[in-house]
Amino acid sequence: MLAALSAALVGLAIVLSFWVAPEDADQGISQKIFYFHVPIALTAYACFGWGAWKALRLLWKGGDGYDLESYVAIHQGTIFGALTLATGSIWAKASWGHWWVWDSNQLVLFLVLFLFYSAYFMLRFSIEEGPRRANVSAVYALFGVALIPVSFFAIRLAEDFIHPTTFTRDGPQMTGTMFLAFCVSWLAITLLAYTLYRVELLGKRLDGNLRELREALS
Amino acid sequence: MIHGRAVEKRYGTRRALRPLDLDLARGGFLVVTGPNGSGKTTLLRLVAGLAAPSGGSLEVEADRGALGYLGHEPLLYRDLTALENLDLYGRLYRVPERRERIGMLLERYGLWDVRAERVGSYSRGMTQRVALCRALLHQPELLVLDEPFTALDDEGAALLDRQLAELAGAATLLVTTHDPKRVEPLASATLALA
Amino acid sequence: MRYFGDVAALARKDLRLELRARDTLPAMLLFVLSTLVVFHFALPTGADEVAAQGLLWVALVFTALLGLARAWAPEREGGALEGLVLAPSDRSAIWLGKSAAVFVFLGLIELVALPAFALFFSPLQAEGIAGALLANVGICAVGTLLAAMAAASRTRELILPLLFLPLAIPLVVGGVGASVSTEPGRYLVFLGLYDAVFAILCWASFEYVVSE
Repeated sequence: MLAALSAALVGLAIVLSFWVAPEDADQGISQKIFYFHVPIALTAYACFGWGAWKALRLLWKGGDGYDLESYVAIHQGTIFGALTLATGSIWAKASWGHWWVWDSNQLVLFLVLFLFYSAYFMLRFSIEEGPRRANVSAVYALFGVALIPVSFFAIRLAEDFIHPTTFTRDGPQMTGTMFLAFCVSWLAITLLAYTLYRVELLGKRLDGNLRELREALS
Repeated sequence: MIHGRAVEKRYGTRRALRPLDLDLARGGFLVVTGPNGSGKTTLLRLVAGLAAPSGGSLEVEADRGALGYLGHEPLLYRDLTALENLDLYGRLYRVPERRERIGMLLERYGLWDVRAERVGSYSRGMTQRVALCRALLHQPELLVLDEPFTALDDEGAALLDRQLAELAGAATLLVTTHDPKRVEPLASATLALA
Repeated sequence: MRYFGDVAALARKDLRLELRARDTLPAMLLFVLSTLVVFHFALPTGADEVAAQGLLWVALVFTALLGLARAWAPEREGGALEGLVLAPSDRSAIWLGKSAAVFVFLGLIELVALPAFALFFSPLQAEGIAGALLANVGICAVGTLLAAMAAASRTRELILPLLFLPLAIPLVVGGVGASVSTEPGRYLVFLGLYDAVFAILCWASFEYVVSE
C-alpha cells in the first residue's frame, strides 16, 4: 500500500513539475530537474541522519535491530547520493555545458560524502558478522554526520583559493505553483525513500530469518 | 561469582557456543573440558568480558581490576622486555608496590635472568610463563585460564601446579584444559562441553 | 589524574617501541622526502607557488597514512590490545596514548619535511606551520581511531586510506588555506574546530571500536 502511494505521489510530482509549473525565465526546461535534484539531495541527507541516529541507539542501548536499520538507511542514503550526483551532473550540463563543475558546493559536498559512505560498505563487508562489525559500522556512521557540516564549511572556505563562485547558491526564485510542485516532489521523494527503506529492511530481515532457520535445521 | 543462563554466542550464522547454564561460587574451581571447537575458548572470553553473549544472561561479579585472564595469545608486546611489559600492566592495574611484586613473580617463575630481554626472543614456554605472571600480577579474585599448561615444560608445569594449589579456595578459578587429570584433584566441579 | 598517568604510560610505551624497532620513522622520513622530489618533477615549469603548497599537504597526508598503517601493529602481534582492553583503565586512554605517540612521530617527520619543502620549493610562513600543527592533531586523532577500525577488518592496510582520505579533505583545505590565503586566521580557526569536534567524537567512540 505504501508502495502504491509512493508511486502515485511520484507520478503527481512529475506531472506538476513538467506540465503545471511555469518554465523558469532564465534556464528553461533544464530547470525542471531542480524539482528532483534538490529533494533527492535532501532525502539523502535525511537517510544519512536516520542511519546515524540508529547507530547512536545501537551504541547506547545495544539490541539487535538497530544495526540492520542503520545499514539500510545508509544504503538508501548512498543510492540517493549517487542520484544527487547524477541529477546534479545533468543540471550542470544543461545549465553550463559541463558534466561536472567544481563551483557547485553542494555537488562537491556530495562527492566527498559519496566517497565516505562508499568506504562504509567496504569496511562493513570486510569485517566478520557480529557485534564488532555492528559497533564499527555505527561509529563510522556517526563520523559521517559529523563530516557533513565540517565538509560543507571546508568547501566554502576552499572557494578562496580554488575557484571563485560564479553563481549564487540559492535556487531560482519560485512562484506559487513552482513552490507547490517542489513541495509535492519533496514529499514524493521522501516517501519513495521511506518505502524503499522499509522494503529493503523487510527483505534483509527475511533473509536473516531464513538463514537462522536453515542453521537450526542443519 | 559467575551466574549464566542459556549463555550462547554466535557470529552471524556461525554458532561458537551452544546455550549453556553456568554457576560458579566464590572460591570455586571449575574445570571446563571438551573437544576442539566446542566453545571452551569462547566461554572463557565471555566470562572475561572480551565478548558479549549473543543470547541468555551472564553475570560475573568481578570488575576488570579483579579479573585475571590467560588466553591463547600472551597479550604482551614482543619488542618490550618482560620487565617493561609487566611494569605497564602493573600501572594500568594499579598494582601496589609494583616493582616488588613484579620481581617476586619473575623470580618465582624462573624469569629473573631474562627479565631485560625482549619477549619476542623468548621460547614459547617462557612466553607462557610471562603471560601467567601478567595474569597473576594484580592478585585477581577471579582467574580465567585458557589451557594454561600449553607450551610449559615440566618445570613450568610444576610451578603452575603449585600456583593453582595455592590459589584454590582463595580465589575463584575457571580453567580449560586438554589434560583434566592434572587439575581434577583441585577442582570443585567440572563442565564438559559437547 | 590516574587517567593521564595511563595515557602517559601508554604513549611512552609506543615511543619506546619505535626507538627500539626503528622501522616506521625512517620509512616515513624517506617517503616524505622522496615524495617531495617526485613533486618537483610533477610540477611543470611556471607552476605557481600555491600549487606547490597544496602538494606539501598531499605529501604530509600520505606520509601520515604510511605511519598510521603500522600504528597498531605492536598490539596485534602479541594480542596486547586485548590485554589493554581487559585492564581497568579507561579504554579511551588507549586511543589517546596512541594518538599522542603518533603526533610525536608526525611532528618529528615534519621537523625535517617542512625545511626540506622550504628548500625545494618555497619558504613557509608562520601561519602555514601553525596550520600544520593543528592539522596534525586532527590527523592523529582521527587516523588512530580509523586505524583501529581497519585492524578489525580483513583488508587492513587496504582499507585505511579509503576511510581516512574523505575525512582528511577538510584538513587539507584548512592547511593549504592557512598557507596561501590572505586571511589565514579563518582557516586556523576551522582547523581548531575540526580538531575539537573529531577529537571528542574519537574519544567517546573508541571504546566501541575495540569491544565486542
